Amino acid sequence: MSDAVLAGAAPRPCLSVDQRVMRWGLWLALAFLLCFLALPLGTLLLRAFETPQGGFAGFENFRIYATTPALLAAAWNSLWTGAVTAVIVVPLAFAYAYALTRACLPAKPLFRAVMMLPLLAPSLLPALALIYLFGNQGMLRGLLMGGSIYGPTGIVTAQVFYCFPSAALILSVALATADARLYEAAAALRASRLRIFWTVTLPGARYGLVSAGVVVFTLVVTDFGIPKVIGGQFPVLATDVYKQVVGLQNFNMGAVVGLVLLLPAVLAFLLDRWASRQRTATMSGRAVPLRPTPRAARDRPLLVFCVLVAALLVGIVGVAAWGSLVRFWPYNLSLTLDHYDFSRFDAAGWQAVWLSVRMAALAAVIGTVVVFVVAYVLDRGPQQGPLPAIGRFAAAIPLAVPGLVLGLAYVLFFNHPANPLGFLYGTLAILVLNSVVHFYTVGHLTAVTAIRQLDPEFESVGASLRVPVWVTFGRVTVPMCLPAILEIAVYMFVNAMTTVSAVIFLYGPDTKPASVAMVHMDEAGQASAAAAMGVVILSITITAKLGQLALGALLGRATQAWRR
Amino acid sequence: MPIVSASQPGIATDYASAAASSRPAEAYLRVEEVGKQFGTFVALRRVNLEVATGEFVTFLGPSGCGKTTLLRGIAGLDPPTTGRILQEGRDITHLPPAERDFGIVFQSYALFPNLTVNANVAYGLRGTAWPRARVRERVVELLGIVGLGDQGAKYPAQLSGGQQQRVALARALANEPGLLLLDEPLSALDAIVRQHLRQEIRSLQQRLGVTTVMVTHDQEEAMGVSDRIVVMSNGRIEQIGTPAQVYDTPATRFVAGFIGHSSRFEAVVDSPSGMVVAAGQRLHAAAAQSLLYGARITCYIRPEHVRLDRREAAPPGALPAVVTGLEFLGSVCRISLEAGPLRLLAAVAPAELAALEAAPGIALAATLPPERVMVFPDDV
Repeated sequence: MSDAVLAGAAPRPCLSVDQRVMRWGLWLALAFLLCFLALPLGTLLLRAFETPQGGFAGFENFRIYATTPALLAAAWNSLWTGAVTAVIVVPLAFAYAYALTRACLPAKPLFRAVMMLPLLAPSLLPALALIYLFGNQGMLRGLLMGGSIYGPTGIVTAQVFYCFPSAALILSVALATADARLYEAAAALRASRLRIFWTVTLPGARYGLVSAGVVVFTLVVTDFGIPKVIGGQFPVLATDVYKQVVGLQNFNMGAVVGLVLLLPAVLAFLLDRWASRQRTATMSGRAVPLRPTPRAARDRPLLVFCVLVAALLVGIVGVAAWGSLVRFWPYNLSLTLDHYDFSRFDAAGWQAVWLSVRMAALAAVIGTVVVFVVAYVLDRGPQQGPLPAIGRFAAAIPLAVPGLVLGLAYVLFFNHPANPLGFLYGTLAILVLNSVVHFYTVGHLTAVTAIRQLDPEFESVGASLRVPVWVTFGRVTVPMCLPAILEIAVYMFVNAMTTVSAVIFLYGPDTKPASVAMVHMDEAGQASAAAAMGVVILSITITAKLGQLALGALLGRATQAWRR
Repeated sequence: MPIVSASQPGIATDYASAAASSRPAEAYLRVEEVGKQFGTFVALRRVNLEVATGEFVTFLGPSGCGKTTLLRGIAGLDPPTTGRILQEGRDITHLPPAERDFGIVFQSYALFPNLTVNANVAYGLRGTAWPRARVRERVVELLGIVGLGDQGAKYPAQLSGGQQQRVALARALANEPGLLLLDEPLSALDAIVRQHLRQEIRSLQQRLGVTTVMVTHDQEEAMGVSDRIVVMSNGRIEQIGTPAQVYDTPATRFVAGFIGHSSRFEAVVDSPSGMVVAAGQRLHAAAAQSLLYGARITCYIRPEHVRLDRREAAPPGALPAVVTGLEFLGSVCRISLEAGPLRLLAAVAPAELAALEAAPGIALAATLPPERVMVFPDDV
């Protein structure tokens, strides 16, 4: 009889206070992601099937889209500029990353820092610099031999600069985790250097190469700033969304284009997930890290290459900075600070800058807290039931959603008359929330990586000593993860400062961020003011990065005793 | 005094009901019919076990045998799917860890790297019962007990592995738990420290009288410290007994093969009773007396029980055997032999080895004492 009872009644898991707290955290996390990610995206999806009057349109919108040659041409343009950029950027980034990880170069930290430069400014900035050089009043216009920078040439060139850091970052991670034992084995078998490169180095980095290619492609297809500034009459998907929504006020067609824009991004995202899963399988925990030894035949050409690339990266930003200081490009090259008096060009003036800083700081603080707590609850909370899996899935989605699509989804969702959250529309709060969600995934992954490095038994020890889980979280987990937390905060801050695409639909009359002001000034023909705004944003983000470095060093010194 | 109770797999239910009447009332920890399933994988099947107050019990088995699962079930970290666990008569099966009374030491120690040794040990000493001064006293006392009195201000990373393990032990004992759980506490240490520390753990346990359950895959460790050993395999308990019992009278062929070294050979029961035939050789095995003629059996014999003589001094009944290999292990020398198709291992003292003039290729005479041959009937 007792057997039947044992077999029949599944034991009721009696959750401790700790587990209940974690479960509540999980529900809150899911509610957050539902309100600010799933529901807006759902609204976007629905609107694509609606007539402007609100009736059901079926596939009519898609039919119109498919039969409008201009729209189709834009999709094709996006695809091929993305592919061309990826083909150019990935080999360059590979060589740069290879030099940083596998060669002996002087001043590696400097090269690493310069590599990141384009990420710290809105994507418009390299485009503006290219216009200074090759535009209608460009100094080097003659080099184009009658060609025009406005259009695909400009887009691809500017994107190469803008996407370079992302690709180089991914590839240096892929190349950094090499197993020295493989190289020793290959050398012991008397393989030539070229053969080692082809049979060990490249296969080891192949998933990194896939990842880098995919990321560059997605960045190009979903970027709004560069085609807006330098695209001229060359239509792409991102500018189409903007035109449909802001220009034509055709929200339904905007939603359709948004969905089309989502498609390559989602495919790229899935491909990247596949690649990263393969990559983790190739590295074993017992690998011996590879330390490069000096070899002039390899190091010298790579050094020359790196200096060249770094000079170009600094140069392009430098040209924009110079342009912002010049009185009247290119006819009167005397220097002035006039272009920094933003109130002359845009009603918001310097207010836009302060607003951006406030928004980015709030996104950094709120975003970091939300991201870290949610990552902790997902990783260390109760694992029964479907909730944790749903949470992990939801946390990965924002990476696949282009900023423009997320922004549009927010407009459609929060602007809906029936939405009780509608009061958020046009406020600073919606800009902050949008930024947090938009940049959620990278922060989440950083947090999860940091948390996974902690001993999985910390919570068990706490529970056995009857210490509540939030005490262990505060006394151990957070202090241990401070460097990662700092990184997430600065990542959120920098991206919220520089993003254009996510906020261009969402700002209100009193909440115009600096990056949007930059677009508007460029639209109004004030390229120098736009460049000046770009330089201001860049200096703020560089300051934030330097702050992170200084704080990180301080933290490192303070916690040196307990780190091995 | 240890409770001797061996359970055969397959008759576990009978055992449970039979033992119920004779069960001593003072069992501190009682595991009843505990099973655990992960998806379709069965990690534990109907495990029954009792631990008396102050006893040191070790779960021993190869990896994947369910020993850690059972320990985590007792700790409440992974509650079992079926069965009950009682601690001091209280059903704790589904209580969360925080509402139980135990201290635990993990293989990885799980010391908090950002807290000093003092703060680690004091981690569980909180609330109104522990004013600051009392905490300080207790930490000093605990660190004294584990012999780290002067290391309190250091961080775990500044200590050696053995020292870290002692800190983990002090932290687990801080709240004076009724039950101490040790999950492979020594396997991350090197051999010499491991041997030293295991004796220290044992003497500390005896001094404090704390009931202790340890998980290990190292049989020497289990033999060295335990009052009783629970040998596990494939989610089942194979045998529960004192170290001497599991070594000398293994309950199952798994235990015979897993604990210590032994040579194994197949045989058939022959007549008269007590005789078996193994690969054409007739042998005397006392344990086969009760078995039916013609029954297939598997025999095990320990190397130290195999007696070797020079060929010319062969006692009656000895098997002619040729030396195939020698392993010098310091205090003993292990000799591999072939007696026809039988492969035997024998352990002899180095002095004896010289007397035998054993070397590969030399023929000797091997005697298997009848009372030392362990016999297990094959499943039909």
